[in-house]
Order: sequence, then structure tokens, then C-alpha cells
Amino acid sequence: MLNGETVDARDMPPTVTLLDYLRLHRRLTGTKEGCAEGDCGACTVLLARPPANGGDLSYDAVNACLLLLGQLDGTAIRTVEGIAAPDGAPHPVQRALVETGGSQCGYCTPGFVVALVGAHRAGRLTDTAAVHDALAGNLCRCTGYRPIVDAALAVANEAAPRMDAVAELDRTRLGQLDSRPGGLADVFDALAAEPDARPICGATDLGVAISKQKGADVPLVALDRVPELQRLDIHDDHYLIGAAVPLERLIPVIAADYPSLAVLFRRFGSPQIRNRATLGGNIGTASPIGDSLPALIALDAGIGIVSRHGRRAVPAADMFSGYRRTVLQAGELIEHVILPRPRPGEIFRIYKLSKRYDQDISTVCGAFRLTLTDGMVTDIRVAYGGMAATPVRVAAVEDALRGKAWTLETARAAAGALDRALSPMTDMRGSAAYRRSAGRNLLPRLWHETAGAGPVTVQDL
Amino acid sequence: MSGPPPSGIRGGVRQSPPHDSARKHVTGAAVYVDDMPAPADLLHCALVTSPHPRARIAGIDTAPALALPGVAAVLTAADIPGANAVGPIAHDEPALFAGTADYAGAPVAVVAAETEAAAFRAARAVDVAYEALPAVLTLDAAIAAESYLRPPSVMAVGDADAAIGAAPRRLSGALRMGGQDHFYLEGQVALALPREDRDLLVYSSTQHPTEVQEATARLLGLKMHDVTVRVRRLGGGFGGKESQATIIAALAALVADRTKRPAKLRLPRDADMIVTGKRHGFLVRYDAGFDDDGKLTGVRIDLYAHCGHNADLSPPVLTRALCHADNAYFLPHARFRGFLCRTNTVSNTAFRGFGGPQGMLAIEALLDDVARCLSKPPEAVRAVNLYSGTAQKTPYGQVVEDNLLDRIVPEVMRQAEFDTRRAGIDAFNRASPVIKRGLAMMPIKFGISFNLPQMNQAGALVHVYSDGSVHLNHGGIEMGQGLFMKVAQVVAETFQIDVDRIKLSETSTGKVPNTSPTAASTGSDLNGMAAHNAAAAIRTRMAAMAAEHFGVAADAIVFRENRVHAGNESLAFEELAEMCWRGRVSLSEAGFYRTPKIHWDMDTNTGRPFFYFSYGAAVAEVAVDTLSGESRVLRADLLQDCGASLNPAVDLGQIEGGFVQGMGWLTCEELYWDDDGHLRTHGPSTYKIPGSRDVPPDIRVHILDDAPNREDTIFRSKAIGEPPLMLAISVWLALRDAVAAAGDGDRPVPLDAPATPAAVLAAVEALQGGD
Repeated sequence: MLNGETVDARDMPPTVTLLDYLRLHRRLTGTKEGCAEGDCGACTVLLARPPANGGDLSYDAVNACLLLLGQLDGTAIRTVEGIAAPDGAPHPVQRALVETGGSQCGYCTPGFVVALVGAHRAGRLTDTAAVHDALAGNLCRCTGYRPIVDAALAVANEAAPRMDAVAELDRTRLGQLDSRPGGLADVFDALAAEPDARPICGATDLGVAISKQKGADVPLVALDRVPELQRLDIHDDHYLIGAAVPLERLIPVIAADYPSLAVLFRRFGSPQIRNRATLGGNIGTASPIGDSLPALIALDAGIGIVSRHGRRAVPAADMFSGYRRTVLQAGELIEHVILPRPRPGEIFRIYKLSKRYDQDISTVCGAFRLTLTDGMVTDIRVAYGGMAATPVRVAAVEDALRGKAWTLETARAAAGALDRALSPMTDMRGSAAYRRSAGRNLLPRLWHETAGAGPVTVQDL
Repeated sequence: MSGPPPSGIRGGVRQSPPHDSARKHVTGAAVYVDDMPAPADLLHCALVTSPHPRARIAGIDTAPALALPGVAAVLTAADIPGANAVGPIAHDEPALFAGTADYAGAPVAVVAAETEAAAFRAARAVDVAYEALPAVLTLDAAIAAESYLRPPSVMAVGDADAAIGAAPRRLSGALRMGGQDHFYLEGQVALALPREDRDLLVYSSTQHPTEVQEATARLLGLKMHDVTVRVRRLGGGFGGKESQATIIAALAALVADRTKRPAKLRLPRDADMIVTGKRHGFLVRYDAGFDDDGKLTGVRIDLYAHCGHNADLSPPVLTRALCHADNAYFLPHARFRGFLCRTNTVSNTAFRGFGGPQGMLAIEALLDDVARCLSKPPEAVRAVNLYSGTAQKTPYGQVVEDNLLDRIVPEVMRQAEFDTRRAGIDAFNRASPVIKRGLAMMPIKFGISFNLPQMNQAGALVHVYSDGSVHLNHGGIEMGQGLFMKVAQVVAETFQIDVDRIKLSETSTGKVPNTSPTAASTGSDLNGMAAHNAAAAIRTRMAAMAAEHFGVAADAIVFRENRVHAGNESLAFEELAEMCWRGRVSLSEAGFYRTPKIHWDMDTNTGRPFFYFSYGAAVAEVAVDTLSGESRVLRADLLQDCGASLNPAVDLGQIEGGFVQGMGWLTCEELYWDDDGHLRTHGPSTYKIPGSRDVPPDIRVHILDDAPNREDTIFRSKAIGEPPLMLAISVWLALRDAVAAAGDGDRPVPLDAPATPAAVLAAVEALQGGD
């Protein structure tokens, strides 16, 4: 379904992006290309998800530039041209943006409209911070955003036109990717048949290259319909998080246990990215600055790996074997992550440093699991991203803290151990000198935060 | 002509009708060049660019690309029928490089194919043999090698050397500021359609259609009348589509001319950022002499502009920087020198402010350093140096006749409750070891007019049809700034009709010739006045017809509320239009305007380059994390002079938007070249412009009340496009203030721009490490 109309595009190559399909083949040119890398939001569209308990569809904002047609069989899409009421009356978001002066050049505007309509529908425009969360994946170069935020807040509680009914979900027929298995067994068959194939799920990483070069170099196996990878189980002492669970679904689940991690996840990409991106993808990509990875290492998460021949578990700290490399063997997939739940008294903090607060990639990220007993450090795990070729656990820092009194002096001394242990690089996100200084300073920051003495980040004000 | 009160029509001046395309923006119905339906036989183009910062092009083998399916043409410099020279001033930039390629990203060939994907494939398949040559990659390397595009430009008043030598106190310092990518959301794009006789119709996302027309004609060996350029709207420009759009459009036109097929060249974001120019980064060195109050007695400032591989618009950018290195401060003895540094990097170009922001940042840094050395509040040091009264002269000799600083600075300090908040921030900082807050005020004075007098002219074409509807055309470009609505309001006001009776039409070189770029904030001043002149001429003729009809004198005819009145009698506007047609009275007029009073001597850097000045002031409050260098703007109070605003809502949007764009330049936006001369920040994943959360949670914007332009501008309004960008310097100064709170507070804060977390942390460490 596209804007309420049935679509049959089985003749289209499945690696065509939804953006090119809309603009070139459907003449729906309201959806814009601003970057083709999922960062500007000008291509934002709404992708329907079947609701848990019947009723209207849920719509997630996603980047059309990173969605491949072959992933959209049996879904429903709404673009900026398809969100007004059937009688043509503008959606409240559209009306309010006109009234507040929320558009200037107008090129980003359709993306903002769609992102806000999605958040409006989900009841997420509750306050200014929530509006910023909803807009973290949309860039505007003209307005300075204030009128856009005002428009969002003004219409938060207004009724909006209805969209598709659930029954219409299955009327989209699109070309299939090389493989889009419906179960793990099929996945292994597909991978065996195409040894060069790359598994994709949200395709928020590999999709960037496909989007920019307008096509895939390698066969693709889509994992987003494999039920085994979609589990999200809450146990007394751990979570089992399927590798293909979109991050956005994960946030409310872990927020109470790990508020600091929930804050980090809200800074992971943007809503558009998190509605597609998965923990499995972040681990598999194995970037030294992958946002979730220091947390998984510091929390001693286990990575469940599966292949046709069986299963094995690898501690997160042992998962990364080199720059953008993991210990996964040919034919193996990440099936899930076992994330331990906090023990009583355990403190967990993760600090991400980047040039921009929202939708940026870490320059340095530090994760700390700390247990204090009578002012002494009785348990400590420390992991960093952005300080080496892989995300790393830093035993030298742990050793410098374990058994010591938790004071500013010990925190600073442990920071010295970090300096000796890691040799970060210089790149466009930060110099080696900055990474060293800032990485070191996360330990005193942790101390100040646990000491509760005044604000420790600028976001606290 | 003085500002009348809001009249009884919809959308007259002083009212705030929304952007002309607002409803189309929100529904996706607004059409940009890339959205236009593809003409039959359209070719999609892509550029082949040099990967080397400097290389001899030994040979180009196009055969592998031409052998690919769907490839129609691969064109190199050898295929250009006219002059391969598109630079805006010196004509020193080739459309396609031949001989040597002078920067990483230099276009050496353009390919054309049936689909964009095929064009991308073909571009990768063109085999270019390069011989890498030594290159100058950085500003420092250019200065060391004295690699300058032109001799230094000097602006001087009084005797700076003697004044500094005799000053009670002296200080020298340096400052680096980075450039800035425009990051318009719509990338560079043009669509060229061949017509008969080698004529071309070019749709271009350009701020300067006349330059596209002229350069395309030159490239193809045609006359300007052979090329028509049309522009409905831009998805943002900010100066980045002034000269840079010309290259793109000229190449699309080259393909169309050679293949006789329609051709579209659209730069994907990465190519856009790698191939096209940006704001100039600058290095500043200064020497200041001052007294114990911080009053500057003598100043020398050297400005080194990072120009890239050729001149482009760098000379006038530098001139504007020199003209703004005084900002709002009277400098009786000053010598400014400007250096155009040539490097093998992309050629930097116009960007909102056009050198003004860099010049202002230099003097603001200098004053901040002076204040820190004296342990005086920087705002107090600023206050003793402000232009005062209406008789003082700038270093280039223009009298600051319209000075509003005496009024605007106290007003912004009061609005911002500066002194109260200063005390609160100081108390906070004493109690807060990690987070420090900072507060700063800065004023601006920005000159309005192109420095080059001949550019200050404009035309408009107004038709009244016999049904009373009005067609409006002018030489200005709508790029989001609300120009089309403002000019329509002017025409509505002139005819006293509702603005929705006026059809805005795309800018076309066939309707208004020989236009200047929509740039330098002059869009509404120039085009508004030209349109007013056109409409007023028609109105005069219509009034004569009405006078004849009513049997009264022409000066008894009044246009009011969509009607034309003579005493107690009246006609609807459309009835009079019909009557004029029947009476064979022309209802069409080409209006023209040239800015009066201005003159400029390029050799001595003296004259009156600016018709008037725009003034403003800002107070910003920030917080800095002294452990990570992260920062956040907490509050901003902006007070901006708009004269008698034509459209307060549009002006408010320009103030807020310009401020946030300026914040980006000075905080999160960092251009990073690697050691091999490659730009590594060429997409939004690596180049970070401000997001919605970066806007101050408390932002209070005021348009200066009751301040009609003392010069005779269109309805006494003032330009607004660029000045507010510079209000963001207050944010950078507040960051310096917060960093100072982490040290002892009696030394200059060694914070450059942009104040990224890394730069802030380095400055904190420098202050703390010196203990």
C-alpha cells in the first residue's frame, strides 16, 4: 500500500531504494533526497507495522533512502502526499507549520511533516524534549527549528485524519531481494547458496553504500522476517534480545533498569534509523565507534551465535577481533544478545561524546559498571569505544579501581591507567589528544556523578 | 516615501503573510529542479573528479565508460566549443580541468547516460592518467610559501604603528577560524534543454541566473540572448549557489549542446561537498594598543583568507572582511591587511555574511583578549569602543551616520537582564567544579550594499491584466528567505490590492536582464524598489484613466482597499484595469532601481560602499563541561534592526535561522581535510550542522521598534539576510567566558573557532595547565 493505494511493482529491481522508486517511478517528488545516507531526514516516510492488538496500523518514521524495495513486500507506506485527510484538508501538523513559519526553503519540510505526523500519531509530542527526540533525524538549514518545534507542540493533542486499516496491509507486491527467508533454516540455505551474500536487517549501514551507488555489489539476505531473531524476552536476571529487534523497541524495555543506556539509545542514530537498526547489526558491523558496544562489554553481555551446526555464546568483550571484524565464522549469524539485568546496588553509566548531541557518531564512548560497598569499589567493568581499533574492555582501569576507596583521586589515577593502555587515532571526529583527554576525564565525571555534587553534563542544566 | 501604517488590504507591507510557498512546502507540492518531470530523452550526468590535490592530467581514456550500456557521452575540456572559463570575476576557473587539476574534487570530465545509476558507473569507468604534483594544502603552508592570489589588500586610517607604539598597554594575538559548508538541503542541480538554433533553456538552482546565462554562453561560444535561465525556487542557497551553481549549470548545458538532448546534472551530497566551495577559513594576527579602560588607540589586524585553488569570489569576500574588522567600534588608528591565500583545495566562495563574519570575529576576539588581560568585563571594554554619535568614520572613510548602537546595546543588556544574570552565573561557577557557565554580549554593524557599486541595480516586470490580476516578475531569487512574498507585498501596497491578486512568477533572464545575484542581503532592497517603481508607473497611468473617468484631477485619485476612489465615487481595481485596456493604456512596466549615494575605490579601500548599516546586538548564555569540552547554549536574547520591517514574521525567521546557522559555524561545524588534501567531512554523518535540540531552549528575539531606515529604502525597511548570522558570535564569546571561569580569568582564552568539544577542552586545559 502506498498512500492508501495498492501497489504492484514486481517488475522493479529489489535493490532500488524506496526513495528512487517514489521519485522516479511514482512521481511522488515530495519526498526529497538530501544526503542518501540516512542523516538529513528529507526522505522521511512512514512505514506501517501491524499493531499488537488489532486496531489501526502503527507507523514508524523511516528513511526512504535506506529502504530497499525488496524489504517492503506486504507493507504500507505513507509519504507527504498521503497524509492529508481524504477531503484534502491538511493534517494539523501541516497547518501548524504554515501558521508558525515552519518552512523557508521548504526542501526539508516534507521530511519534518512526515516525522511529526508519525510522532503525533504515536502520541509522542508530549513536551519540548520529546519533540526534539522526534526530530533528531531531521535537519533544517533555514529556520533555526523554533517554529517547527512550536508547531509540533501546538497540535500535539489535536485529532488527526485516520490512515489505512490493517486489512489492507498485504496488498503490496514488490520484487524480492535475493533472499528474504522466513526462518533460520532458510537463512542458512540462502547463505550456503550464496557464500558472498551479506545479511541485512534494517540495512542502515550497508544501505548507505547501496543508496549512494544505486545498487548492491553483493547478494543480500534479509533477516527482518526471521522470527527467531525477533524475540525480546524479559527474564529475572537477563534480557534476551533478538538480533533483529529494532532498537526503538528495545528502549522502553531496558529504560527502567538502565536509564543511562536508554539515554544513549535515544542518541543512537535517529528515530528513523532506530526504527530499522538492530543490536545484531551494530555488533556485526563491529565499528570501533558502534554506540551499543561499550555498553554490552561493560555489562558483560553474551552474544548468542547460531549456525546450521549449532549454537555458541561469546562474551561481548571477546567478540571483536579487529577493525570492523568479529569472531563470527562463515555460516554463523548473531541470533541474540543476553543482557544481564542489574544487581542491587550496581551503578551503570555510559557516556557518549560527540560534536553534536543528537544523531552523531561517538568520538569517545565510555561505559562503566560499578558497585560500591562502604565507599570501596567492589566491582568494576570498564569499556571504551573510539579509543582503539575495536571497542575494548580496559582491564588496567578496572585493576586501578578495584578494591580502592572511590574518591576523585582514585578516579584520576585510574584515568592515568587508561592513558597507558590505549592509543586512539586522529580522524575527523577528534584528534588522538582529544580522545585521550576526554576519555580520561570520563572517570572523574563518573565520580562527580556518583558523588551527586552538582551538574556533571551540560544536559543536566 | 515614509512607512505608512498597515492598510486595509490583505498582505500589504508591515503585515506577516506566510512564505509564498508555505502550503506547497508542507504538502510536498513545491517543485524544485530535480522534481520536474523528466523530459523525453533526458540524459543524466555525473562528474569525473580528480582524486589528487594537484596533478597533471596525462590522458583521459573515455572508451571504457562509453562501452558501458546506456552511456551517451563523455565530455572533457577538449569538447568545450567556447572558452573554458566560468569564474565569476577573473574567469579563472575552468568548467572542466585540463592540463593540471588543482584540487581533490576538480571536475575533469562529465559523463551522460540514460539513467543516473549508469552515469555513476560510467564516471567510475573513465580512465584518467594523473601525475601527482606537489601541492599546497593548508593555510599555514600557503602563508609560508607566500602563495597568494593577489598582492595584499590594505585598509588604513590614521597611524596605527605610532598609536600602538605610544599606547599605555599592548597585546598581540592570533585566532584561527574554520570555514563552513553551506549544507543547503537541496544539492546543486541544473536541467538544460536544447532548443532550435543551439538556443538553450536552463533550469538552474542558482542565486545568479545572469551569471549562469553569461558563463554558459561563454563556454559554448554563444551570445547571452541564446541562453535563457529560469529559476522558481531554491532549496537553500546561503551564497553557495552564487558562483558555484554556474559550473553545474554550464556543464549540464554543455552536455545538452553537444548531444542535442536534455541533460540534468545533480550533485549527490558527497560530490556537492567535495566539488563546490565553502565559507573561507581565516587566520587572524593582531597587535593592539589600548588604555587602562581597554579603549583601543591603535590596531593592526592581518587577515589571511583560505581561498583554495582560484579567485572565485575571494577578493570581494576579503574586502568585506576588511570592511567589517571594525565591527561596531571606532578605531582612530587602524591598519588592516588582507591576504588571499592560494591552496590546492576547493575554491572557497560566498557564504551568508561574505567575509563580514570573519572580520567581525577578529575584532571581537581582540576585544575579548584585551578585556581578559585587564580583568575587565568584556562588555565594558566593548562599550568604551563603540561608535558613538553620527559623525565618526570607519577605517574606510564612511561616516556612520545612521548609528543605532547607542540605543541598541543598552536595550539588549536590559532585555537580557545582563547584570543580574552575570551575578548569578558567577555564583554558580564558584559552586560548580565541572560545569561552568558563560555570558557575553556583542553588537553588530553590517554594511548593506554590494561593495562593487555597479552590482547595486535591479529590474522588475509588472503586468496588470484586464481582469485586475497582476503578474509580478523580478530579478531576485526565492531561496527560502521570503523574498517573493516581500516583493509581492510591496506591489500589493503600491496598488492597494490584496496580495493574493498578485501572481509570483519564476525568475527568468528572458524577463529581467542583466541582474545581480540575490546576495549581500540586498534582495528586497533592490528588487522591492524595482517592483515598486514598475507598479507605481502603472498606477500613475491607471490614475490618469480614473481621473478622466471621474472627471477629477489625477491627484484626487486614491487607491485604497482594492478600489480606486475619487471622493465618494469608486471603481473596483479590476474595473479600472478593464477600462485602461479598452482605453489603450499600457498596463505593463519594467521597473528599474539603482542604489544611490554609494562609491568605492578598490585601490585605496576607501569610499562609501554601503547605502546604510544594519545594527543588532545579542546576549548569549552557555554552559561548558570542563571535563569533556561539550557545550550547550542555554539562552539567547537577540535584538535586530530591520528598519520598518516589510514582513515581521519573515524577518523573525531570518533572524532565528541566521543565528542558528552562525552558531553552527562557530560550534559544531568542522571541515576536516586529511594530510592528503581530501575533505573527510562530506556528508551529514560527518559534518554536523545544528539540530533542533541545539537551539537555545530560551531564545528571545526582538525586532528593534520604531526604527525606520533613515535612508530612502523600500518603505523604509532594512535588509535582513546576513546580519543575524553574526549575532551568533555572542555564543562563541560566551563559550570563551565559560572557559575563562575554569581558569584564573586574567589571561586571554585560547579558544579558536569552531568551538568543538575538542577545542573547548584544549582551551580549558591550556588555562588550567599554565598554573
